[in-house]
Amino acid sequence: MILDLNFLIFAAFLLLIVTGIYCLIATLNLIRLLIGLEILTKAVTLLLITSGFITGSIAIAQSMTITLIVIEVVVIVVACGIVIGVCNHNKNLDLKNLRKLKG
Amino acid sequence: MKDILIMIILSGLVLFAVISVMIRSLVKAAIALAIASAFLAVMIFILGAWIAAVIELSVCAGMITVVFISSISLTIPLSKEEVAVEAKQRMSRFIYLPFILVLTLAAAIILWNSRLINFDFISALKGTQVNLDFSAQGSAIWDKRSIDILGQVIVLLSGAFGVVVLFKERNQK
Repeated sequence: MILDLNFLIFAAFLLLIVTGIYCLIATLNLIRLLIGLEILTKAVTLLLITSGFITGSIAIAQSMTITLIVIEVVVIVVACGIVIGVCNHNKNLDLKNLRKLKG
Repeated sequence: MKDILIMIILSGLVLFAVISVMIRSLVKAAIALAIASAFLAVMIFILGAWIAAVIELSVCAGMITVVFISSISLTIPLSKEEVAVEAKQRMSRFIYLPFILVLTLAAAIILWNSRLINFDFISALKGTQVNLDFSAQGSAIWDKRSIDILGQVIVLLSGAFGVVVLFKERNQK
C-alpha cells in the first residue's frame, strides 16, 4: 500500500506543505522565510500538475503552472530586494528586529 | 522501473526540501532548494508537462538560486560568536521538524488506508486521455490562455519596477 504511486504523490505534497509551514513559523531568518515560501509553492506546483494529469487537461494545468512560476519569481525577487534593504538598515537578518521599525 | 524512478524523485524532492530548511548555511540551503526544484522539474516532465518542466528547471532551479545566493552575498555574515549562539537557538527550534514529518507521514498512511482520503491519481488516467501532443500544449498556452501571458507580462514589469524602486539611489544634497 505504501509503495502505491498515488499515495507517494499525496504524501510528498503533504510533507512539502508541512515543511514549508514549519519553516515559516519557526525561522527568524528573513532569507530562510523565503525558502519556506518557495517550498510551499513547490507543493502547489506538484498538486496543480497532478490535477491536470488526472483530469486529462495537462495543457491548461501547465499554463497555470507557468503563471504560478512567474508570480513566484517576481515575489521572491522583490522580497530579496526588501531583505537586502532591511539588512542594510538593521545590519542583520533577524526577523525580531523588524518589530523595531518605525515610520 | 518507472514506479521506482517516481519514488526516488519524490523522495529526493522531500529530502532536499527538508535539508534546505534544516541546514545552517544559507548558501547550502539555497543549493538544496535548487536540487529540490530539479527533482520537481523531472517529476513534472514525467507527468507530461514539458514546457512547465523546462521553465521550472531554468527559472526555479537556476534563476531563483542565483537571486538567493546574490542576496546572501550582499548581506552581512554573522561573527563566530553569533554563529555559536544562533546554532543552539536554531537547533532548539528545528529539532521538532523530523518528528512532525514522521507524524504527518503516519497520519497520511492511516488516512490513506482508512479510505477517508484516496485520490486515485494513476488509475484515473486509464479512463482519461492525457493530451501529450506538444503542439496542443503550445496552443493551450498561446491561444486558449493568451490573457494569462498579458497578466504575466504585467506582473514581470511590476516586479522590475519594484526592484528599481528598492535600489533607487537617493539624491545626495
